[in-house]
Amino acid sequence: MTQTQIVRRIVKPLVFLAALQPAAWLVYNAFWGDLGVNPVETITNHTGIWCLRFLVLTLLITPLRWATGFNPLTLFRRPIGLFAFFYGTLHFMTYFVLDHSLVFDGVWEDVVKRPYITAGFTAFVLMIPLALTSTTGWIRRLGGRNWNLLHRLVYVSALGGALHYFWKVKLDTTNPIYYFAIVGVLLAARVWKAATKKRAVAPAAARVAPQA
Amino acid sequence: MLMKSTPDLRESEVTPRDLYLRRREFIGAAGVAAAALATGVVTPGAAEAQNPSAQKLANLKKSSFSTTETMNSYRDVTTYNNFYEFGLDKGDPARHAHALKPRPWSIKVEGECAKPGTYNLEDILKWFPLEERIYRMRCVEAWSMVIPWNGFPLADFVKRFEPTSKAKYIEMRTLLDLRQMPGQTEPALVWPYREGLRMDEALHPLAMLAVGLYGEVLPNQNGAPIRLVVPWKYGFKGVKSIVSVKFVEKEPLNTWQQTRADEYGFYANVNPDVDHPRWTQKTERRIGEFFRRKTLPFNGYGDQVASLYAGMDLRKFY
Repeated sequence: MTQTQIVRRIVKPLVFLAALQPAAWLVYNAFWGDLGVNPVETITNHTGIWCLRFLVLTLLITPLRWATGFNPLTLFRRPIGLFAFFYGTLHFMTYFVLDHSLVFDGVWEDVVKRPYITAGFTAFVLMIPLALTSTTGWIRRLGGRNWNLLHRLVYVSALGGALHYFWKVKLDTTNPIYYFAIVGVLLAARVWKAATKKRAVAPAAARVAPQA
Repeated sequence: MLMKSTPDLRESEVTPRDLYLRRREFIGAAGVAAAALATGVVTPGAAEAQNPSAQKLANLKKSSFSTTETMNSYRDVTTYNNFYEFGLDKGDPARHAHALKPRPWSIKVEGECAKPGTYNLEDILKWFPLEERIYRMRCVEAWSMVIPWNGFPLADFVKRFEPTSKAKYIEMRTLLDLRQMPGQTEPALVWPYREGLRMDEALHPLAMLAVGLYGEVLPNQNGAPIRLVVPWKYGFKGVKSIVSVKFVEKEPLNTWQQTRADEYGFYANVNPDVDHPRWTQKTERRIGEFFRRKTLPFNGYGDQVASLYAGMDLRKFY
């Protein structure tokens, strides 16, 4: 088996199983365990934080690939992003069904009036087109360049998610600030890469030009 | 002919309400007792106890202020607490409050009153008969519970010290002790926790000092040994583990107002029409229910207390 085959056939299924653990934890505790005195709050917090964690993980993959040169890492970018969407959907649905009893007017009132909901809702809505166009067919249809451009929306979702968390907590903003810092570093890595690449590309292009 | 009959006895008169509501525990206790008898191990009373080691409170007077709503379980009331002196997580107080030593305890009374001094809790407890009052508790975080408190009216306590005409407000403080309250090593709030009431609020018959719940001495995580309960206000007004009572002329600065004045005021009356800047107060989640329910003005105690605030702009005095 080649390195890529090992990743595809063995590592990827393992990563999938691991990524389902937070959902499995919820199901297990809902039926056989204990979700605490305020189960709705537990479900909301659990799905929300895992959505944000998977957003961070999906943003981590590319810088990690740059740092290690291990290209098969890219194989995990879309699945991990989809897990972020999966937990984000559970998070939103918990809020929509259990906080607003499926009445969208209430959600909209929150979106307009409450900054933390505005941030969280924006983060979630922007993930929808990304999830829908996550298939290989859509990459082909859009073309790699456009697809990559569209999927930069994930940066906004990650920042929106961290902001949502920051504005929600009553007093102790330590954890939200950590998430902000991590997302910030991961986005800064991209800016830095783009800047250094520009400098590197210019002389390289000059060298290649005569052969074209 | 229309036959209309009114039963001579209402069900509530047949069985005391709390016994009725706790019937399953008794049925369960009966089972345990039967099993214990069969195995020869009998520990009387242990099965129905909430906390087997807690001291029971006897001769609790029923109160007409009690709600008939379903009470939250002892576990709900004692494991889901905001008591930052023991940590910021709602599970922290139950985990860490064992460090608190609620006996012996004394309360320092000072300020505008005829009888200032330091009073032992054991003496204070002899002054008043204890009542059971089942109150709704609405947290500013938009969740609520129904809790059977045991205690006495704050008004009776206040009158003992004969506040003077200059006493317009009462300020109460929580214990400040980093060893007993490890959360105070963190600068989460400015310690000690302080709360206050206007004198007419303090004298209102609904306001009470609680020294127990569910017929047992107050667990540490609920504010042992003595705490304030003001059912028409958000829960944070209920200052816990009180060591100081002061009668003052000016409105005291309560801890949460000091922390974030745009979000928490002095009055903190439960009000569905005035949202918290970051979340709605129109609805709440009653612990134990999945969907949210409507929040009532003054937490449903409007008939009794709304007149205290006649003419006041409650948007301004939130």
